[in-house]
Amino acid sequence: MAFANWTQYLDQDETTHRYPTLDDFRRESGLQVSYTEDIDDNDVYVNKIAPQLRAGQDIGRDIVVLSDWMVNRMIAQDLVQPLELLRMPHAPGILPELIDAPFDPGRAYSLPWQSGLTGIAYDASKVKEIRSVDDLWRPDLKGRVVALTEYRDTLGLVMRSQGVDPAQPFTRDQFAAAVDVVRKQVAAGQIRRLRGNSYVQDLQSGNALAGIVWSGDVVTLRAETGNDSWRFVLPESGGMLWSDNMVIPSTSTHRRNAEALMDYYYRPDVAARVAAWVSYICPVRGAREAMAKVDPELVDDPLIFPSTAELARQRVFRALDPAQEAELAAMWTAVVEA
Amino acid sequence: MTRSRTAYLLVAPGLLWLLVFFVAPVVQLASVSLQSPFPGYPGYYYRDVNVGNYVVALTQFAPQLGRSLLYAAIATVLCLALAFPLAYTMVFKAPRWRGLIMVLVVAPFFTSFLLRTIAWRQILADEGPLASSLRALHLLPGGHLTETAAAVVAGLTYNFLPFMVLPLYASLERVDPTLLEAGADLYGSPWQTFQRVTAPLALPGVMAGTLLTFIPAAGDYVNAELLGSEHGTKMVGNVIDAQFFRVIGGYPIAAALSFTLMAIILALVVVQVRRFGTEHLT
Repeated sequence: MAFANWTQYLDQDETTHRYPTLDDFRRESGLQVSYTEDIDDNDVYVNKIAPQLRAGQDIGRDIVVLSDWMVNRMIAQDLVQPLELLRMPHAPGILPELIDAPFDPGRAYSLPWQSGLTGIAYDASKVKEIRSVDDLWRPDLKGRVVALTEYRDTLGLVMRSQGVDPAQPFTRDQFAAAVDVVRKQVAAGQIRRLRGNSYVQDLQSGNALAGIVWSGDVVTLRAETGNDSWRFVLPESGGMLWSDNMVIPSTSTHRRNAEALMDYYYRPDVAARVAAWVSYICPVRGAREAMAKVDPELVDDPLIFPSTAELARQRVFRALDPAQEAELAAMWTAVVEA
Repeated sequence: MTRSRTAYLLVAPGLLWLLVFFVAPVVQLASVSLQSPFPGYPGYYYRDVNVGNYVVALTQFAPQLGRSLLYAAIATVLCLALAFPLAYTMVFKAPRWRGLIMVLVVAPFFTSFLLRTIAWRQILADEGPLASSLRALHLLPGGHLTETAAAVVAGLTYNFLPFMVLPLYASLERVDPTLLEAGADLYGSPWQTFQRVTAPLALPGVMAGTLLTFIPAAGDYVNAELLGSEHGTKMVGNVIDAQFFRVIGGYPIAAALSFTLMAIILALVVVQVRRFGTEHLT
């Protein structure tokens, strides 16, 4: 069985470069698992595998991890297999906030691997407190702000600041209004760059002092810059909640083994070990209690275990149908490729 | 008869290579560039003769196309301005240092193109020595060097400089020194000798270097991606990348843009070759 994931997304021993939780699974189950960090970008990865899946060819992967909106597209195009939840006793341990994903109610096809929040990060040693999206457009931050190229994150945050709920059906005009804010801030030189994963480098190098970011990266940022004054805040108007989800490609012939692996990672003790290493939101109930044995310091880390009230305030970007998705993506691309 | 058969056999591998890796993809690209999206099924296409894709490519993305040509032209001129004195010095003024300079010119190729460009992000970073000193001298109006058009052009110039130096060096090296002596004997000043003898003889190198620099620079997207921003510095390569990978149903537009860029470059090359002749290209 083969598991394809994003880089730095599974606990790894720094010296042996082995993955302890995966080794334990191999030992317990006797199953052969290969693990590859194939995925660096949803679009690029799926553009590579989708033609093969449509042609009914095996892609040599039995679990792949994709973001919400891409899972939505994969389900709509019949490129993934349904999960046999009966065979997965730990799967019901999923956080209640994540069960009824707009694109997969009841999680018939996908299980979150890790979840995260989109919010604002800033270096409190150099920048005054930031509490809202509008604070990012302050004159003292001119040219020192980065934002994400993923519109569900950047525009999701901006839409919320304009009082629009991205989880509910919104109009084209409401979306256009958010696009317009970003276009203006880019044109004015306020937003330095729209970037993918690599935005962290801009914050590390000091080129950017604040930005729209993913929650888990702030932990990495603190560690790599040795600067503990990096803050992660959810704007007053609210942040976005997202997940990267495990799915089984339609042509995989090892569904049962893949399900066993997914179920293994939903055991609270295992989930806690992964969460301690990746520092994103752990999607498994009970992992917080299990964390006490793994790393007691992290039990109260709001980035890994946000409170129920905090989670309830966040929104998941709604599932779009293909025509809407094409339209919105085209509007956004006009800004990104200017 | 046998001689011509041998000749055919000798060109066969090259022709086959071109057929498989050039002609076939170009035909495929041409056909994709004319496809239409399947109504109601985003991401699916049917074969068609949809010239509208080219209209979109030429109208909607005219700024990026124009910018690519402009940036490539500026980078080519800068490369020429930097490379000519360098090659000239290597050949005529400091032949002893020839080997060392050559190593310095070629050494960057030992690391990957991508890494070298990322290294430039470090060199030009806000807290880096260059940007800080310029800021201290009040010579940096925007406050930063990365994410500017200047950084993109600088990156292009840096990355393609060796492609200008090498052909220039090769053509200058072939200049017969006795011709220069003859120029002096005929009471030509050094400047006149340079103008009438050296420069014309270096023309083949200038031609080759210009093409080798301009063509890849116009199609480049790495420099604009890593050193540019969304603030009007994207080149056509970035648009093709985005249409291909990120826009659902963007394949035909990406193909039409690729074809347009190829056509423009081909036209420019034909004009240049017409003006200066192909014998200079050797």
